[in-house]
Amino acid sequence: MMNDFLLVLPELILTVSGLILMMIAAWAGDRAAPALTWAAILTLATAAAFLPGLASPGGSAFHNLFAADPFAAYTKVIVYLAAIVSLFAAMSWFGRDRDYRAEYPVLVLFAVVGMGMMVSASDLLTLYVGLELQSLAAYVLAAFQRTDSRSSEAGLKYFVLGALASGILLYGISLLYGFTGTTGFDGIAAALGNDGVSTAELFGLVFVLAGLAFKISAVPFHMWTPDVYEGAPTPVTAFFASAPKVAAMALLVRVAVEAMGPAAGEWRQIVIFTALASTILGGVAAIGQKNIKRLLAYSSINNIGFALVGLAAATPEGAAAVMFYMTVYVVMTLGAFLVVLRMRDANDQPVETIASLSGLSRTRPMLAMAMAIFMFSLAGIPPLFGFWPKFLVFQAAVAADLTWLAAVSIATSVISAFYYIMIVKMMYFDEPAPAFAETREPVGAGLILASALFVSPLGYLAIPALSAATLAAAWSLF
Amino acid sequence: MIQVFTFYLFATLVIVSGVMTIASRNPVHSVLWLILAFFNAAGLFVLIGAEFLAFLLVIVYVGAVAVLFLFVVMMLDIDFSELRAGISQYWFPSVMLALALLAELGAALLAHNAGGIDIAGRTAPTPAETSNIAALGQLLYSRYLFIFEAAGLVLLVAMIGAIVLTHRARKDTRPQKISDQVRRRPQDAVVNTQPPVGQGVEL
Repeated sequence: MMNDFLLVLPELILTVSGLILMMIAAWAGDRAAPALTWAAILTLATAAAFLPGLASPGGSAFHNLFAADPFAAYTKVIVYLAAIVSLFAAMSWFGRDRDYRAEYPVLVLFAVVGMGMMVSASDLLTLYVGLELQSLAAYVLAAFQRTDSRSSEAGLKYFVLGALASGILLYGISLLYGFTGTTGFDGIAAALGNDGVSTAELFGLVFVLAGLAFKISAVPFHMWTPDVYEGAPTPVTAFFASAPKVAAMALLVRVAVEAMGPAAGEWRQIVIFTALASTILGGVAAIGQKNIKRLLAYSSINNIGFALVGLAAATPEGAAAVMFYMTVYVVMTLGAFLVVLRMRDANDQPVETIASLSGLSRTRPMLAMAMAIFMFSLAGIPPLFGFWPKFLVFQAAVAADLTWLAAVSIATSVISAFYYIMIVKMMYFDEPAPAFAETREPVGAGLILASALFVSPLGYLAIPALSAATLAAAWSLF
Repeated sequence: MIQVFTFYLFATLVIVSGVMTIASRNPVHSVLWLILAFFNAAGLFVLIGAEFLAFLLVIVYVGAVAVLFLFVVMMLDIDFSELRAGISQYWFPSVMLALALLAELGAALLAHNAGGIDIAGRTAPTPAETSNIAALGQLLYSRYLFIFEAAGLVLLVAMIGAIVLTHRARKDTRPQKISDQVRRRPQDAVVNTQPPVGQGVEL
């Protein structure tokens, strides 16, 4: 039992700290919000230091409900880092409007606990409870600016559609439980491997995958993404596009490989369909967008599609490529959102139109350069680091005899390159729009610089370390 | 035989009332159909020998959650005079519904006494001499302790969320300030005056 608690130590640290911070928030009120945010950042860093599976061997805890393996540890590092960055962003962004509230860091901490449970789930119950914990906190965060009607609308939309997805997921879980007789991933894999996949089990599998596809916003379960991303406050959108995406993707990989591994032939078709649909729709629908947050929402749908190509391979290399992809995706997306957070007009009001970016190279050359790097990298154009994970997923797909899938995906990446490059063209060649207000946020600037350097060709230096880590993570699943 | 019959009875009614929950135009009727669905689901639980869960479903869902739903629905903008106008014509269906619920309970008990239905392929069969509640408690607080605590966290987040989204410090409310009340002395509050006859008192 003691060992069990050691294995969930990061979650325990986050939970206890979240409870203490909540009490401080209740007594001290909103003026304590910045201090609480720093405390939350410190907590996340501490939790990362105690991750089992990184330095220590890890293992499974609580009667196989919770897996603390290298895969979970790797994903949690990314999730914690993304949460830290989005907390920084939220502190300065809400602080400028003077409506930062003390509950924000508390909710983010609890959401991170939920994500930790998701990526460590080795039982359908852990999966569901973790997912619900993360989602509930996310619904509240989306509606956090409750005086803003768009934010409330985003929260409500996210809540209703999220509840629907949870229903679908639960139905699938109940079918899988009913027909395999267990909720443990290893037991389900054994039942599926023993006597083939029955129709009822296939139904359960499809429903579970559909519920998870909603959480990673893969087509055809993506409808909520643009609306929620547009309506939610920008730092919350940056959070949604990074940490929960990685956690849900890792969860999908784990469920697909660990629980449904013997049924790979069945779920591969589903994954291939959603991968292609996501890349195509994410590329085409983004073209007409006027709002930069909507555009980045479609960009995230598009990128999830590419990551799913790696999962379709159903090999350790494919799973490693997915994790590599999500790592680089998080850096690119957070960087792009950090730039969006600095878009404020002369009256210090946030602006979100793409048109307001035009001619940025003349008014704010450094910001324009960073945005251009993120856009080129998201498009996967070779000298930049965003190219490498795309290459990895295509390589994994080709190695698994899915050459046609890789070929079609490369073709669709050309479509999506169009709108990324269009933004770069606007920033560098169009007439300047009114200049943005000056911002004095050294931390934000430093984060933009760091992420721009990571996705620049300098990022290739990180390939040996990242490849080793992702491969080790992926092998712990197989 | 009676198990199979009651299973199909309950299952059909769950589905029918589930459909009616969505299909009925009046939200109050929707909630009532939902209650019927809960009731029949409880019947299904009794059928598989999970009588504790069945009672929990009736007490918690029918007794608390559904009534809460009704309160919420009542706060919606519904024309109640129109609803009340036709209430007398509903006495027959409502009595029939009540009788149906009663009959269902009887059937469930009969089926339960006849031996219940055994679920195939259970990985954790309940030992014969352990009662339902004891079996649940043993699993909940040992094997599934982690999930149990996490579920508590989910509820906590729901509570924080509800407060974050609805609580506001309003200037026009007058909360009780106990320290001010205690600190108040008679000489601050009581004044002796002697007004002349025919004049009022300036306060």
